[in-house]
Amino acid sequence: MTSDRQRPDGFLRRPDAHSTFKGRLKPMNLLRAIGLTLLFLLATLSSSGAGEADLRGIIAKFATAKGFSETGTVVHDLAATGDPAVERPLAALADGNLYIRKADSLVFVGKEAGDIVELFDPLSGEKSADAAKDDITKIKVNNTLRRVIRDALGTLTLGAKDPAVRIVAADTMFKTPDAANIGPLDTAIASETVASVKALLEQARAASVLVSDRPDADKLAAIALIGARGDRDAVSLLTSIEANASGAVKEAATAAIANINSTLAFWDAGQNIWYGISLGSVLLLAAIGLAITFGVMGVINMAHGEMVMLGAYTTFVVQQVIRTSFPDLFDWSLVIALPLAFLVAALVGLAIERGVIRFLYGRPLETLLATWGVSLILQQAVRSIFGPTNQEVGNPSWMSGSLNVGQLAITWNRLWILVFALSVFAVLLYVMKRTPWGLQMRAVTANRRMAASMGIRTPWVDALTFALGSGIAGIAGVALSQIDNVSPNLGRSYIIDSFMVVVFGGVGNLWGTLVGAFSLGIVNKFLEPYAGAVLGKIVVLVLIILFIQKRPRGLFALKGRAVEA
Amino acid sequence: MRGNFSTITKMFSASVVAAGLLMSTPAGAADDTIKVGILHSLSGTMAISETTLKDAMLMLIDEQNAKGGLLGKKLEAVVVDPASNWPLFAEKARELISKDKVAAVFGCWTSVSRKSVLPVFSELDNILFYPVQYEGEESERNVFYTGAAPNQQAIPAVDYLMSEDGGSVKRWVLEGTDYVYPRTTNKILEAYLKAKGVAAEDIMVNYTPFGFSDWQTEVSAIKKFGSAGKKTAVVSTVNGDANVPFYKELGNQGIKAEDIPVMAFSVGEEELAGLDTAPLVGHLAAWNYFESVDTPENKKFIADWHKFIKNDKRTTNDPMEAHYIGFNMWVKAVEKAGTTDPDKVIDAMIGVSVPNLTGGYSTMMPNHHITKPVLIGEIQADGQFETVSRTPGLVMGDEWSDYLPDSKDLISDWRAPLSCGNFNVATGKCGGKGTN
Repeated sequence: MTSDRQRPDGFLRRPDAHSTFKGRLKPMNLLRAIGLTLLFLLATLSSSGAGEADLRGIIAKFATAKGFSETGTVVHDLAATGDPAVERPLAALADGNLYIRKADSLVFVGKEAGDIVELFDPLSGEKSADAAKDDITKIKVNNTLRRVIRDALGTLTLGAKDPAVRIVAADTMFKTPDAANIGPLDTAIASETVASVKALLEQARAASVLVSDRPDADKLAAIALIGARGDRDAVSLLTSIEANASGAVKEAATAAIANINSTLAFWDAGQNIWYGISLGSVLLLAAIGLAITFGVMGVINMAHGEMVMLGAYTTFVVQQVIRTSFPDLFDWSLVIALPLAFLVAALVGLAIERGVIRFLYGRPLETLLATWGVSLILQQAVRSIFGPTNQEVGNPSWMSGSLNVGQLAITWNRLWILVFALSVFAVLLYVMKRTPWGLQMRAVTANRRMAASMGIRTPWVDALTFALGSGIAGIAGVALSQIDNVSPNLGRSYIIDSFMVVVFGGVGNLWGTLVGAFSLGIVNKFLEPYAGAVLGKIVVLVLIILFIQKRPRGLFALKGRAVEA
Repeated sequence: MRGNFSTITKMFSASVVAAGLLMSTPAGAADDTIKVGILHSLSGTMAISETTLKDAMLMLIDEQNAKGGLLGKKLEAVVVDPASNWPLFAEKARELISKDKVAAVFGCWTSVSRKSVLPVFSELDNILFYPVQYEGEESERNVFYTGAAPNQQAIPAVDYLMSEDGGSVKRWVLEGTDYVYPRTTNKILEAYLKAKGVAAEDIMVNYTPFGFSDWQTEVSAIKKFGSAGKKTAVVSTVNGDANVPFYKELGNQGIKAEDIPVMAFSVGEEELAGLDTAPLVGHLAAWNYFESVDTPENKKFIADWHKFIKNDKRTTNDPMEAHYIGFNMWVKAVEKAGTTDPDKVIDAMIGVSVPNLTGGYSTMMPNHHITKPVLIGEIQADGQFETVSRTPGLVMGDEWSDYLPDSKDLISDWRAPLSCGNFNVATGKCGGKGTN
């Protein structure tokens, strides 16, 4: 009998029945063991579960339980009944929505609605009363308790109708294997119809077999099954098995771990590339507006970052309005914010160009100082209007969470930002190369006097070009608000990186900015795991300095006004 | 030479002051008020945290005036803006003390700003109240540390994670921003964890730059480190702005608090205000105060704050409570000394005891640190913390860590006759040096 086993997750909370011999007897553990045994019995005998009165009796105990461990005991009691009806109060408890009414110590599921809390019956879910917040107390939960509930729900929801729920249940049971789970899992596997869920259930069963006292042959089969799963959870489980096993089982576990790790190393490289591309897309977004104001026009625009910030604040304002007036539109908030952010930033850019920069063309030092001053003014203005603290910009549902490609977790927000950055780049390229306005812009850049002689109103082309660059920075702000702080300092953190990208890529060349952004991103992310974030950044800067020594005009040098000056 | 020069300066300034007194006939006007300096950045990167503290101080001074002032005089706040610029902190401190003649200064946030004003305060002999949790390894005669020392925040937090309630953590990631506070705190924590029998391969230390925003690599490294079959937790000394993208990445990569909890030392209600906290429920923070603490004192404080700032949504936080404690201690010490003369107030401060907001009393100890309870809170969906653990008694701030070889023999006691901030008990001499 393998008694004193380490939990695969290192979590000593619930050694099962066997380990109670080792003096780890705690009421929670014992109850859990009993509970699971009961559950097993119930499942096999297909009993209808405890009566409703019994359930209510147990639920009432929440009111008298003191501290997390006593609450945990009640959770175990509830789970031990094996009645699917306990899912509602347990789920509510995990979400922190289970309340006790002070007046009569009754337990309710609560839903906050403004100043009052609507109370629902914990079993039937029928609405019973409203209560003021002062009249009820919330039952506190902590992480340990949440895990206990999650495990309990995992076992209870094995037979749920929704396959997604069954997948979660299988996953939970895989991560916290328990010998007593084998029985219920066997039953579940027998009745499972969806192949993918069945595979997960079998893996969960294999995990449970590994921590049981089944013969080695069973365990070897289980290791083979888990080894085929090939993810980090599998490594985690096998590592703990390896530490406590001996003989053939240990060898098999070691081999399986080595096998999984070699596959994971391959995925790690892929992950680095993806992270690099993702960082590159952020750099591209931040720099692309600057590629116009600095790259095409040659204005050293230190207020570029503040245009990004204005875009982010526009998103915040749009979301604020949507939250208060049109809550249904929240998922569209970014789409609505895009044109507005472009307009706001472009108008501010236009004002800056007409008000300050047009007097300073050809005087880069003065432009640098003046735009630096403008950036400080904008920052302080935003600070005065919105306050110095971060503003909450929510992620629409389609930008939250991640997508798994093999062992690679790709987060949706990063993926969308990549798509967005590339489309902004494509649109900008189109405007520059295929529209009359773009032609005028390029003409003025190439030869101002000639362009003026041809009847192009160069001052207006300047103003509109600057406004375009600023507007693009503004829509970059919409995207960056999804991954960074929306605070008055937002722009500050991107200005250096933006200049770095534009200078590295070659001033005046949009393609240079694209290649520059992605190569800097990928180099940075490949260095980070080895050198750490701090040293990685320094190494990148040193590399850029060396590169600029060799090629002062960046990757793709182009003729432009900056070159003439 | 230098001595001569400063004597001359002193004589010169004394005569200027004397001349000023002679010339200005309504000299009494200046004597009607006691000036209190507020040295917090109102612009630049630190404005995000420090502006709130300035407002809190203004509120406290207002309230004291409503109660009739101090020693029969009104208090007058002198607000300066050091603009998140460390050398400017020293200049502004000098301006407050020499030009405005303030009786005490409440200010600073970052350790580097504190370090930059220290010489000014000891030279001009004034008082600084420092309200932020810091790395320790310091005790100055002119500074009162009302924020937490490492043993009032970091050590109890780690103890909680090691306990059964906290999940019996066996593997540790120490993630921090690259500057003095995280580096020193992590050094202390590493020594502490090793003393508790944690193997070196079960500790991963990583630093990122200020304002870091691309956490993908770091978070996936944490995920990888956490898949070694042992319960893993992250202890985060990540500073200010970098926290929001860090937590967003944790949420997006699906790291749940039940699996790998993150215990933060620099994340308070204020930082969470800029975040959707639903995916973060269960991640932890260790402080000496939470807005959610249910005591009559705290309820009143929050109500006063909302009224003063005219915004019901503004949160309160731990450094605000530190200023609340520090200010009340100063008021009490001035009343005890019967004067605002910094020299006398510094001596009167030791032993002063005032109510804190978490339902107890905080006392100023001879090492110029205070006693506080340590609370561990879990982030809730509404952006508040739910206290899940609280030290049974008050914890006394320990300025020289017992877990660092350089400082374990040092103590600080500013009472006569010892009057030393770095007394080495092994050699019996004043003037030891800690780890920094």
